[in-house]
Amino acid sequence: MSKLVRFAADILYPVVLIFGLYIVAHGHITPGGGFQGGAVIATGVALVIVAYSYKEVIGWIGKGGLMAREVIGLMGFIGVALFAFLFGMPFFYNYLAGQGGLFGVPVAFGPNPGELNTGGTVPLMNFAVGIEVWGGLSLVILYLLSGLIEKKDQEEEGS
Amino acid sequence: MIYEIFHILILAGLVIAAALTFWFRDLLAAVLAAAFFSFLISLEFYILQAPDVAISQAAIGAGLSTAIFIIAIRATGRFEGGAP
Repeated sequence: MSKLVRFAADILYPVVLIFGLYIVAHGHITPGGGFQGGAVIATGVALVIVAYSYKEVIGWIGKGGLMAREVIGLMGFIGVALFAFLFGMPFFYNYLAGQGGLFGVPVAFGPNPGELNTGGTVPLMNFAVGIEVWGGLSLVILYLLSGLIEKKDQEEEGS
Repeated sequence: MIYEIFHILILAGLVIAAALTFWFRDLLAAVLAAAFFSFLISLEFYILQAPDVAISQAAIGAGLSTAIFIIAIRATGRFEGGAP
């Protein structure tokens, strides 16, 4: 793409990344959550992928890193859910809520501005889903672009 | 009153954006009209008290599917039915 698009992508990429991480981190008290925040982050990655050529992008955003994000997200989600078995509780039991410590502050009764350090395992699962969607949706765009490059190479070989 | 006017403007814009998507022969302009349609429908979701659906629609409809369409246009031709 043109130099203007590349300049705009350079400026917008960190802003979009931070906004997506904000949506993921505040998923349990404001609208949004893991999937929405991950989709916003993947939009920023897609902006960079569309603005630059495939050979430049593959050096910065490796396929291995995105696949690792997918695996870490899915394993983290199922691991947090399975960890409840250690306490003799059922699958997906919220063992962190109201215990103090990480995400464990008891929620105030009635209307209140919202405390970030609440929710128990819900914010951890939001982070897991956010990382997984970041990897998965970016990988879709990256594989589409790799197919485009192979098609152009074949045309050059044929001509 | 201002609420109804804003709502009617968004609905009219939705119809116009959908018609433009159908009417353009330049596929890049058609994709941008579809992205504008997605942006307007995410505003409509926000007015109808569904802010998380609006975030998903803005990220996936206006962002990711537009990127996928632009990659597809780069792989094929820019104009419908060959160059004008």
